[in-house]
Amino acid sequence: MATEYTVPDTAAKTAAAANQEFETEKMSLSMGPSHPSTHGVLRLQLELDGETVTKCDPVLGYLHRGDEKIAENMTYNQFVPYTDRLDYLAPLANNAAYAAAVEKLANVDVGPRVEAIRVITSEMARVSSHLMGLGAYGIDVGAWTVFLYSFTEREKLYTLFEELTGARFTTSYSRIGGVSRDVPEGWNDKVLAFCDQFLPILEDILKLLTRNKIFQDRTVDVGTISAKDAVAYGLSGPNLRGSGVKSDLRKDRPYWGYDKYEFDVPIGQKGDCYDRYLCRGEEMRQSISIIRQAIAQFPEGSYYAEDARKIFAPHKAKVMSSMEELINNFMIVTEGPQMPAGEVYFEAENPKGTLGFFIVSKGGGVPWRMKIRGPSFCNLSILPKVCQDELVSDVVSILGSLDFVMGECDR
Amino acid sequence: MSEPAAADVTSAIQAKFPNATIRPSGDHPAVNLPIGEVVEVLQWLRDEHSFDFLVDVTAVDWAEEASPRFSAVWHLYSTTQHGYVRVVADCLDDLDPSAPTATHLWPAANWHERETWDLLGVKFENHPDLRRILMWEGYPYHPLRKEFPLAGIETELPDLEVAAETEAKVIAAPMMGGPFVASSRGEMNLTDAEPRAKDESWTEKSAKPE
Repeated sequence: MATEYTVPDTAAKTAAAANQEFETEKMSLSMGPSHPSTHGVLRLQLELDGETVTKCDPVLGYLHRGDEKIAENMTYNQFVPYTDRLDYLAPLANNAAYAAAVEKLANVDVGPRVEAIRVITSEMARVSSHLMGLGAYGIDVGAWTVFLYSFTEREKLYTLFEELTGARFTTSYSRIGGVSRDVPEGWNDKVLAFCDQFLPILEDILKLLTRNKIFQDRTVDVGTISAKDAVAYGLSGPNLRGSGVKSDLRKDRPYWGYDKYEFDVPIGQKGDCYDRYLCRGEEMRQSISIIRQAIAQFPEGSYYAEDARKIFAPHKAKVMSSMEELINNFMIVTEGPQMPAGEVYFEAENPKGTLGFFIVSKGGGVPWRMKIRGPSFCNLSILPKVCQDELVSDVVSILGSLDFVMGECDR
Repeated sequence: MSEPAAADVTSAIQAKFPNATIRPSGDHPAVNLPIGEVVEVLQWLRDEHSFDFLVDVTAVDWAEEASPRFSAVWHLYSTTQHGYVRVVADCLDDLDPSAPTATHLWPAANWHERETWDLLGVKFENHPDLRRILMWEGYPYHPLRKEFPLAGIETELPDLEVAAETEAKVIAAPMMGGPFVASSRGEMNLTDAEPRAKDESWTEKSAKPE
């Protein structure tokens, strides 16, 4: 005998009978400023329809410290430590980019040794930044183990930074015209030893994610950014290259002698979260290759350009013994290094993207205006578009894949 | 770094737009334009000269007494030719400066223009969503303007409920202890040349000048 089932009388049935739609309403959700996946103090004002994001409005400024205002009120030399606090996961790269911008204004050539040191430290900063980004991304999408491995490797890098600069995090290593001290004896060999042991571990770390079904489910075809959009929104760094745009200032406008080194620029095919992850993984391999090449042809010379001595920092030994140098030093400290009037814009390919400094000088020791183009600021500006119609849980995945840092976003 | 295309770009702009003048620049090719023509030139540079990447939009405050006081600055980059160009235009009104928006050409301009409005008070006309971005909505000042003191100015907290409950305020930063600078303006004299906390004269000891 056939069993008959009756649908119990529910609101749905009544609504269906009356041919009405359910009354639903959109929910607004404030994600952050203190949320593990916002990697700092970003707040997303989300409007949700169920679990789908219908509107995303990023709220910035929680880490705004007025860096540009501060820069206008101090001498060029004094601003170096502030650049540490832009992308605080790669201070070595920021210092060098800032120094290079001011050197461009002063028309100072720093010489091959300084350039090689900057290349090595910037690439190490890139590896450490990507390790951090990768580890945090793993946590965001539920793969805890990656973080433990990548943090261990990053720690080894920080030990090397400490030996070189005296500090682990905020290194303030680059000076305008050079670096603060020469590479210690045997340090290059330690870097090489790190590279040797790091590559197999990097493969292990990437193995945890690349073919991981859960990771792929969270990232493949999620947060896809077309090449056209990536350019239109001003994305840079791995986020731009992940969308298939082959744009890398180290190749396209080589600075610090990047044209001397052989390396590949990985680009993605689809521009989804997975592609951006793959790009970062490959960039680390390439960075290690650049470090090895730079150390293999490490040039002799001074760690501080002689031309820059009289503008930015006289020899300390001479300051103590020579009247002229003492006066010069006093003037540099009080009035700042005397710079020509003019406008320059320099940007470097930093781990997060292109970090740019636009300096307007009226002459004298203090910049009239300094605009800092933080790559994370531009990278985040695509969020309202890319989060549209995604699930809330995918927003977490997208945020992690953009690998931003609020220090340079809010400045 | 050489700029092979520098002369090309500026002369091409001048040939097409006779009102453009070459702007002295330490590096990249740069042009001055009347503010009314900027959008047309930007679009032309994007479509005809492969400057497809809007790097940055910002403005410069040339000091309270200067006129024109504000200039808006655009930096473009070509992801295929790998060159930059800088476009500068003086804003007409010194008290209420404005510039045309480029958001319809590059969505990237959206946040840059909001930031320039927020920090410098340059209004971008026809911008679809010109809100503050780094400071909070309702903040009364534009901090990157030259008359705004480094220490900041006492203001209400953004959250009025919290302000009423705690009677807390956003206060000017104490300037004792730095940053120590020499004056960035005018001729140096002995008093100015002495390193000192820049805004100390009124933040710590005497009342704020109104």
